[in-house]
Amino acid sequence: MFKFAKKIFSALKKILFSIGQYADLMLKVFKKHEKTPVFRRQIADEINNLGIDSLGIVAIISVFMGAVVAIQTAHNITSAWIPAYTVGFTTRESIILEFSPTIICLILAGKVGSRIASEIGTMRVTEQIDALEIMGVNSANYLILPKIVAAVIIFPILVVISMFLGIFGGWLAATLMHVVSTTAYYQGITLDFIPYEVYYSVVKTIVFSFIITSISGYYGYYTNGGALEVGRASTKAVVMSSIMLIFFNLIITQLMLG
Amino acid sequence: MIETRHISKGFGDHRIISDINLIFERGKTNLIIGPSGSGKTVLMKCIVGLLDVDEGQIFFDDRLFTEMNFYEKKSIRQEIGMMFQGAALFDSMTVEQNVMFPLTMFTDQTMEEKRDRVNFCLKRVALENVNALFPAELSGGMKKRVAIARAISMNPHYLFCDEPNSGLDPKTSILIDNLISEITKEYGMTTIINTHDMNSVIEIGDKIAFIYKGKLWWEGDNNEILDTDNEELNNFVYATELTRRLKKQK
Ligand SMILES: Nc1ncnc2c1ncn2[C@@H]1O[C@H](COP(=O)(O)OP(=O)(O)OP(=O)(O)O)[C@@H](O)[C@H]1O
Ligand SMILES: [Mg+2]
Repeated sequence: MFKFAKKIFSALKKILFSIGQYADLMLKVFKKHEKTPVFRRQIADEINNLGIDSLGIVAIISVFMGAVVAIQTAHNITSAWIPAYTVGFTTRESIILEFSPTIICLILAGKVGSRIASEIGTMRVTEQIDALEIMGVNSANYLILPKIVAAVIIFPILVVISMFLGIFGGWLAATLMHVVSTTAYYQGITLDFIPYEVYYSVVKTIVFSFIITSISGYYGYYTNGGALEVGRASTKAVVMSSIMLIFFNLIITQLMLG
Repeated sequence: MIETRHISKGFGDHRIISDINLIFERGKTNLIIGPSGSGKTVLMKCIVGLLDVDEGQIFFDDRLFTEMNFYEKKSIRQEIGMMFQGAALFDSMTVEQNVMFPLTMFTDQTMEEKRDRVNFCLKRVALENVNALFPAELSGGMKKRVAIARAISMNPHYLFCDEPNSGLDPKTSILIDNLISEITKEYGMTTIINTHDMNSVIEIGDKIAFIYKGKLWWEGDNNEILDTDNEELNNFVYATELTRRLKKQK
């Protein structure tokens, strides 16, 4: 019993230590950057690395997701009393509210999170971060801030693209498989459209972007050891950012829709 | 001048260096020597502040470094050039971008001026036509030389080199030693070098500190080191046949 309590206590201590360390890092990250032209170029590079490079996977997933949602909705409509436009309507709602922001960000947490953690982690174990520090560069700010800014800019755009592609995928499935007509689908996706829902999703995505990049940056930055630890850090980064993402999904939804 | 007063550092319960008192003078090449694992790298990282000391004080020309805040340390660091044991070049940048990096971050020079400076520094370490290569495309010795070029690109007041010539052929090794010693005198830098290369010790050791098991075991210059009666130091100095022969001749 006593041993168990001790274990919980030490786990709690570890969690608190990590939170403190994370907060401390963020204070270093959000200091003024060195040179504006350098900072701008870094952001452009990161938008390319983190965003544009993910466009392919985002597109594929969105189209297929939309298609599956449309088919499943149609499959569930057994009663003739439910109008055909329900398929379009439900597809739009699920895609905009949940699938595009959450699922796409989870995918990005895997792709971008592991990339950030291993890139920064490698720089840590090969002393490149020390080399930055010794030159007088604030390494946390130099390495992490451009990634956060880039993600906050580009992820919402990816998610909005994903919304269009998802709804398009739904249409493709609906018409190719003769589930509903184009007219009915169109009627569904334009029915009672509430712009606030898109706003809610974009806000969610902005928070997720910050979570993914800052947490992955944190795990990379505090890697110590060698190549093995870099791998471990990148796994931890993906797991932790996914968990935090799901958790904040609930909180934001409660705050904005609850 | 750099001075350390009673500095100690450990990891967990494990003491690595203890009570090191040293003065490194300006315009001199100061060497820290000692067997592998004796704590040279840890000592150097403590001096530059990459590791926080557990005890003691460090002065950079009468400025108490150990008590400084983030911004004060940052400004002193722009006067520091450091070459790491593993070179620590930025993999994502070319050789030119690596050497240019400090200039880009901290000066307002034009691209042309920066490029001239980069070529000058690369030439001094006997590297030419490698500007467009990435670190992964260089040999170990070339990486070290690029790292030195990057360390001196800002004309630092304080130069730190962690084993600048391990892994280099004897000729390049001498070239690097001479380069470091030359620029030290030329620009009046305070230079600290970690090494276990006896050749460097004899050639450029204006001041030598022998670290053994984390303690300062012996201090002197390159004349004194050959006829000391310190047993551990003698074991270190006369470990090779070559140096033993040298002693006999003397
Ligand atoms: N981050 C660290 N955590 C724990 N122990 C460390 C750490 N860095 C160094 N040590 C230990 O400190 C001791 C001294 O290491 P250091 O790298 O200073 O040796 P060195 O004198 O530079 O050796 P070499 O000539 O091989 O480079 C070693 O026993 C090493 O295990
Ligand atoms: Mg070492």
